[in-house]
Amino acid sequence: MRDLFEETIERIFSDLVSPALIHQCADGAWPETLWSTLEEAEMTFAAVPEALAGAGATWEETFALVRAAGAHAVPAPFADALLANWLLGRAGLQPVKGPLAISAYSELTCSDGYAGGRLERIPWGRHLKHIVAISAGSDPKLVVLDTASAAQLDRRTNLAGEPRDTVVFDRARIVHAQPLPVGTRPDFLPLCGAMLRSAQMAGALQSLLQLTTGYATERVQFGKPIGHFQVIQQQIAVMAEHAACALLAAEAAFVESAGEISVLPIIAAKICVGEAASIGASIAHAVHGAIGFTDEHSLHLKTRRLWAWRAEYGSQNSWSQKLGQSVCEFGSSGLWPMLTQTAKSTPRARESLI
Amino acid sequence: MGFDAQFSRRLGERGWIGMTLPKRYGGREASAFARYVVIEELLAVGAPVSAHWIADRQSAPMLLRYGTEAQKERFLPGICRGESFFCIGMSEPGSGSDLASITTRARRNPNGWVLNGRKIWTTNAHRSHFMITLARTEEKTTERHRGMSQFIVDLKKPGIDIRPIRDLTGAEHFNEVVFEDVELSEGDLVGGEGAGWAQVTAELAYERSGPERILSCMALVNTLIDSVGRSPNALQARELGRVAARIFMLRKMSIAVTAQLHAGENPAVAAACVKDLGVTLEQEIPEIAQAIVDLEPSSDGSDYEKVLAHLTQLAPSFSLRGGTREILRGIIARSLELR
Repeated sequence: MRDLFEETIERIFSDLVSPALIHQCADGAWPETLWSTLEEAEMTFAAVPEALAGAGATWEETFALVRAAGAHAVPAPFADALLANWLLGRAGLQPVKGPLAISAYSELTCSDGYAGGRLERIPWGRHLKHIVAISAGSDPKLVVLDTASAAQLDRRTNLAGEPRDTVVFDRARIVHAQPLPVGTRPDFLPLCGAMLRSAQMAGALQSLLQLTTGYATERVQFGKPIGHFQVIQQQIAVMAEHAACALLAAEAAFVESAGEISVLPIIAAKICVGEAASIGASIAHAVHGAIGFTDEHSLHLKTRRLWAWRAEYGSQNSWSQKLGQSVCEFGSSGLWPMLTQTAKSTPRARESLI
Repeated sequence: MGFDAQFSRRLGERGWIGMTLPKRYGGREASAFARYVVIEELLAVGAPVSAHWIADRQSAPMLLRYGTEAQKERFLPGICRGESFFCIGMSEPGSGSDLASITTRARRNPNGWVLNGRKIWTTNAHRSHFMITLARTEEKTTERHRGMSQFIVDLKKPGIDIRPIRDLTGAEHFNEVVFEDVELSEGDLVGGEGAGWAQVTAELAYERSGPERILSCMALVNTLIDSVGRSPNALQARELGRVAARIFMLRKMSIAVTAQLHAGENPAVAAACVKDLGVTLEQEIPEIAQAIVDLEPSSDGSDYEKVLAHLTQLAPSFSLRGGTREILRGIIARSLELR
């Protein structure tokens, strides 16, 4: 099944996502053909259970879809919608059509079917039909809001030019709401987002590695392809190591979250993939030289996203600090059990972590 | 990693050496992951596993794969009992990273082979019973990787001189080994005549991907956590969190390579990735320790100060043993078709 999902998504992205489209979208366009093709292929419902009309993709398969979205720098909230629909399915709600994303940073108060609050950093907010958020308070709910009922929208972007808007609701009618299981972590959505961006970065790093080895093979200086120089080979090898680590880390975060979000693999992935992104982008630019620094060259479509995504849903520094706090809290005798825990075997250790 | 022959024998009695080998040779036919759990736990508590380590990690799998039935029957049961210790003769005074330039020579004679040459940096040669050595069996040609073969050398044979070399920490782990007309029998050849290079590169995947490539500094990480205490400042928390995340992930990579080895593949490139990333972290850990705790490394101080002093000095060797970082990166670059 993973092959089928990967083939389908690769075909769609290869056919429809071009550097030109990415540039147009950075200038404000919405990729309608791409989005409707993804919906017709039921890709945005991939992670929804079959009982709720989804494709019931496993986490491994969902990972492959998100990774591909990152590799192609898809200029639409496809990964975000996959996750949002998974969240709805998890809560027993029907998935929704139309562009949607999660709101991980919100202060949303709900009463009698209405919601109000300020939702920050909403991916593609201006283009969304729906937003999935978690309400504040002691009995948090998963809430679906219609962006048509928003009171205000401030257009903002991340450094790669992807929309990250502020959307304000003032007594907006709630489309759907469902209580969350007791014990849902307050950082549940940031963790979900961190998992998503890790997989996108892993995909972008793979693509960056291909671009960079390709360029090193073609570009001739001092009478030979620059990739024949050991100094270039050694740099690209380091990038390849980090790209491999990133891929494994992000996939583990997804696979170990099957059933329930698995905290340590996600945090470790965001830290390691973030670091890989920093190192990989730096080496890619060094190898490409001045041409890679131009707007015309497509290298920056990947590197600028890596710089943006590594900071979203918690930078490697902020997650490292949180993880380090609990490392110290558990003490040296707690470190080894923490590192060797598996997602399935020690639910208590997982809950108490961080 | 401490050397304790008695400890190794006890582990052997418990069935924790050569775990994955067939029962008829003294193994348990356990999975590669069962073995991984055992060796990882041993390393995590700093157990003295050095005596049998190389035999368990690479000599036994290598003999199982390339050895004759007679060799398997002769050597494997002793390895599993924790009684037969092995070392690996690869580097020579003139051949470090450029392993294919070795000049140690095995020449045919009516009884088998005669070995002459010199090996260096051979860990535990002075405390091992056998060495698996790489030697030229043909003159060097333009095809540099041809004409090498592996032999199993009983280190009690006449003509062998083993001299320990003191390292900068004051310890004696590695040696120079001189072979002067050492008589080898036909049955001492391991695998194919002339197939030494392929065998050695396959074997190195075992050497480069195990948990020991991640856990060399666990003792320092643990004492560092104790020194920081329960209320870290922001810098301490960030650095310890980052170290924990990287160990967690490298361990996953190491396990993934184990799975490939277990499936009979030759994950040389993945193993090179694990080793280079692992070593980079291991070498950073003493630096991180110095950056977040203001205590001096000292050979007669607290546990933390002692471990810091020891590992600060040992760290440069991490990216030398088992293939330098430059060689590993060269292997990765070749897989990307850059060379």
